[in-house]
Amino acid sequence: MKPPPFDYHAPATLDEAVRLRTELGPEASILAGGQSLIPLLNLRFARPSALIDLRRVRELVYVRAGQDGVAVGAMTSQRELERSVDAARLCPLLREAQRCVAHPVIRNRGTVGGTIAHADPAAELPAALRVLAGHVTVRGPRGERRIDADELFQFHFTTSLEPDEILTEVFFPALRPDAGSAYLELSRRHGDYPLAGAAAIAAGDHVRLCFAALGPTPVLVESDDPADWDAAIEPAGDIHASAGYRRELAAVLGGRALALARERATGGAA
Amino acid sequence: MTGAAGRVIGRSVARNEDERLLRGRGMYVDDVRAPDALHVAFLRSPVAHARIRVLDVSAARAHPGVTAVWTHADLGEHAEPLPLLFPHEHLPHPKTQQPLAVDEVDFVGQPIAMVIAENRYTAEDAVELIELDLEDLPAVVDYEAAVDQGPLVHADLPTNVAADGTWTVGDPDRAFAEAEIVVRHRFVCERSSSMPMEPRAVLARLDPGTGSLTVWDTTQCVLPVRSALVAKLGLPEDLLHVIAPDVGGGFGLKGYLLYPEELLVPLAALRLRAAVRWNEDRREHFLASNHQRGQAHTIELAATRDGVITGLRDDFVQDQGAFIAYGLITPWIAASHVAGSYRIPNVSVRYRCVYTNKVSVSPMRGVGRPQSSFALERAVDLLAHELGLDRAELRRRNLVQPEDFPYAREGLFFAGYPVVLDSGDYPKALELALDAIGYDGFAAEQALERERGRYLGLGLACYVEGTGEGPYEGARVYVQPTSGKVQVTTGLTTQGQSHATTFAQIAADVLGLEPDQVQIEEGNTAAFGFGAGTFGSRAIVNCANAISLAALEVRDKALRYAANMLEAAAEDLEVGGGMIHVRGVPERSVSLREIAIAVNPIRYTTLDPSTAGVERFAPARTWSGFERGDGPLLEGSAFWAPSSTTWSNGVHAAIVEVDPGTGDVRYLRYVVVHDCGVMVNPAIVNGQIHGGVAQGVANSFFERMVYDETGQHRNASFLDFLMPYATEVPSIEIHHLETPSPLNPLGIKGAGEGGSISPPAVTAAAIEDALAPFGVHVDEAPLDPQRVRALIAAAPGGAA
Repeated sequence: MKPPPFDYHAPATLDEAVRLRTELGPEASILAGGQSLIPLLNLRFARPSALIDLRRVRELVYVRAGQDGVAVGAMTSQRELERSVDAARLCPLLREAQRCVAHPVIRNRGTVGGTIAHADPAAELPAALRVLAGHVTVRGPRGERRIDADELFQFHFTTSLEPDEILTEVFFPALRPDAGSAYLELSRRHGDYPLAGAAAIAAGDHVRLCFAALGPTPVLVESDDPADWDAAIEPAGDIHASAGYRRELAAVLGGRALALARERATGGAA
Repeated sequence: MTGAAGRVIGRSVARNEDERLLRGRGMYVDDVRAPDALHVAFLRSPVAHARIRVLDVSAARAHPGVTAVWTHADLGEHAEPLPLLFPHEHLPHPKTQQPLAVDEVDFVGQPIAMVIAENRYTAEDAVELIELDLEDLPAVVDYEAAVDQGPLVHADLPTNVAADGTWTVGDPDRAFAEAEIVVRHRFVCERSSSMPMEPRAVLARLDPGTGSLTVWDTTQCVLPVRSALVAKLGLPEDLLHVIAPDVGGGFGLKGYLLYPEELLVPLAALRLRAAVRWNEDRREHFLASNHQRGQAHTIELAATRDGVITGLRDDFVQDQGAFIAYGLITPWIAASHVAGSYRIPNVSVRYRCVYTNKVSVSPMRGVGRPQSSFALERAVDLLAHELGLDRAELRRRNLVQPEDFPYAREGLFFAGYPVVLDSGDYPKALELALDAIGYDGFAAEQALERERGRYLGLGLACYVEGTGEGPYEGARVYVQPTSGKVQVTTGLTTQGQSHATTFAQIAADVLGLEPDQVQIEEGNTAAFGFGAGTFGSRAIVNCANAISLAALEVRDKALRYAANMLEAAAEDLEVGGGMIHVRGVPERSVSLREIAIAVNPIRYTTLDPSTAGVERFAPARTWSGFERGDGPLLEGSAFWAPSSTTWSNGVHAAIVEVDPGTGDVRYLRYVVVHDCGVMVNPAIVNGQIHGGVAQGVANSFFERMVYDETGQHRNASFLDFLMPYATEVPSIEIHHLETPSPLNPLGIKGAGEGGSISPPAVTAAAIEDALAPFGVHVDEAPLDPQRVRALIAAAPGGAA
């Protein structure tokens, strides 16, 4: 479990990182917190020609809260976002979802931008971003652009970023004052990727659900009818859960998350 | 003379090893400095069963930084199967593994070629350059089917059934013929692993001057490894040293003799006249370090209508994997424990080991006991259900009674000894567990919670644990000549058992010291040359008694010399607080240290005021030479060989909550009643129980080895192999009983494995009880949420 040879770059600025990204081409990989990429390297499942380590790019570490939501620099640790009082106030769902992500030591290392860019459909933050109707900012040789969550997640581990672009910021819109939210999941062990996860937002008659681990991307449904959820999800089976069992979980967890979100909306609590 | 002032045995003293280990200052094989060492990586079989058509290592040999690449063709006289440890007539078709595969591979991960290079990165790069062309053979994955159908693992054998044996107690046929009720069911425990924190590791260094070879190995058995290497490599004992420094968990896995790497790395050091190091990585560990569990039992109980169990028949099959170097140890231990805590006079147990194209299983914590206990305890629950009798009451009616000891099961054998349960109070243990878990009040609570939509269930299981097998262990105890610190040396190793504390307590108890005044040295064949190793819950039973006897010898000598110094009769002396003094005259006293200095004609510390007693009193010796062959020191050596094995016992009880919507299960309570005889250190016994229960919980709801139909291992990483975290292991409530063993002077029994035995049975029973409204029956371990949901769906009340 030692990686094959690769070149290593650790730029200090975003500009330099963007330049390297273009120069080194698509065979290079961005290294953020390393919580997914390093194991893949050690198993020799990933064989990038070079790593561009963003750890020294301090300009990508911030949590900026505004009236309309929370802007998070891509290299901000998941633990820092989880601990942000402003983020928890504006988007209570974030802390609830973050606490399902592995363990504190991993959240200290794992980055917000890294988990979004990695686009694991079972991960918690992509589902949170999508249910909150958030967006990301990316930077490339052609400048900066915004990608909405609905457009971002294309497939398993695949986003709509161009190969020469770097994800720089993740924006989570604030929850409306009359809305309630909830994130529930079933994982085999605390902190594991879920067998199924459900993020729900309820505001009056309007509901939004986003399911994790139930399709090639986080699956968004704007309906409180389990039949609609079942039609929207595309679960796959693996050694831990069959597709059929995941469908059962979607109904159970979706229902529970929605009920909790509604309760919180009316009760006013997070 | 009289005994020590305060007993040290039985106290939960803090561990002597904590300071070092908890601060990360342990010394594991990888911490042994060897900057010049060459590193090894293996080409391992990517498939479960294949013929090797092409194996070309020339490109790997030419890779920069590579010192050597070996295949079986390079091994010479070592290209022969590794030894079979325990041949037996019930094992007519033994197969052991070649160090490097010859012509054929039989499991994913089997070593085929060995690359030795300047570092591990280069070695792994070179492994990728080896050309390997394989012709796939059909893989044997389903061990039950492989008993009498499908392809063969080893084409030169007539069958996949490596071993087939039956043990009988009494007249089971008659018991079943006369039974008023018979229950019969099949119960399965899946294959798993034990996953020590430190994977295997070997470092070998040849001293070119002396020609001696030192091997650092994360083994549980330094002396047997030395014996094997002496036999294999042709070096005598004085030129071959095996050291197990700190070992990061063993669980039986590291007691195996020999793994290929344990031979190949020392061989490389010898041939290349260099230091050579191999650190197993976690992926290798999943694929090529032995697994455990994996048995299917078909068990029957015969009973009377009023719930007296009169007979037991068990017929079980073990998923052996590709090789069987350890012989029948695991099935024998399963079979020896199959009647558990119960007075069952007629028993028949048949065991078969079946080859499959998977890595072998070998003894690991519990070793067959969790599987046969699962079958037995589930069958007892089934019988209770069929009889309409409360399951605690059924157990109560069948337990071995205190007056039954010694209770023999003639025809069953444990570790080569006839099964004779030596002591215990099984009924008391059961009542204690029932009290602790709140058995009597539980039904009402359960009913109330069900009305609120919560599904709670209670599980209960009794177990026995054969421990303390021989043949022997030994110890040397002596007092250091200047510091006066007591040194204890044994032939064992320690991989988490806290010997530095418990063994120190034994010596301290005899010598009237505190445990931190005793130093334990283990895991070094140069220091002590005879012994077996730390496995099978045997170390404390054998070695503590040996240490105690050796320390008594030291104490007798100390008293003899103290009598000279204090000019008193030995009968008038008392030992305590590190001192020996004349009874009633406390100022006439000498410390053990002073005696040790006084008996040694070569001394350096007479100016130290704390040792003034050396000069103040009369000489320690009445004659200027050494008497009776004694040397210039206080020392003793002893061996302990048990006459039979000691049997610990206990009862586990748990309450779980099942979420019928998701199938998830959560432990609410976990109670252990535990009797391992006299406890040397209750806190350390608790630690053993905690660890055992954690592994048992793993075998109940988390860990399994998943293979596809081609024999590919589908969860060979911590991402998909689900070791429970602390968040999944329940808080464990422990109650101790201490029924001394009559079989050794200290009354000790082993405690290493008891925690791991009952959790699968208890968890299954609790889940079944929680889901009783649906009519669910649990007959496999581990379960998982999906299987729980499937059980509900398939149950008669599943639509509810």
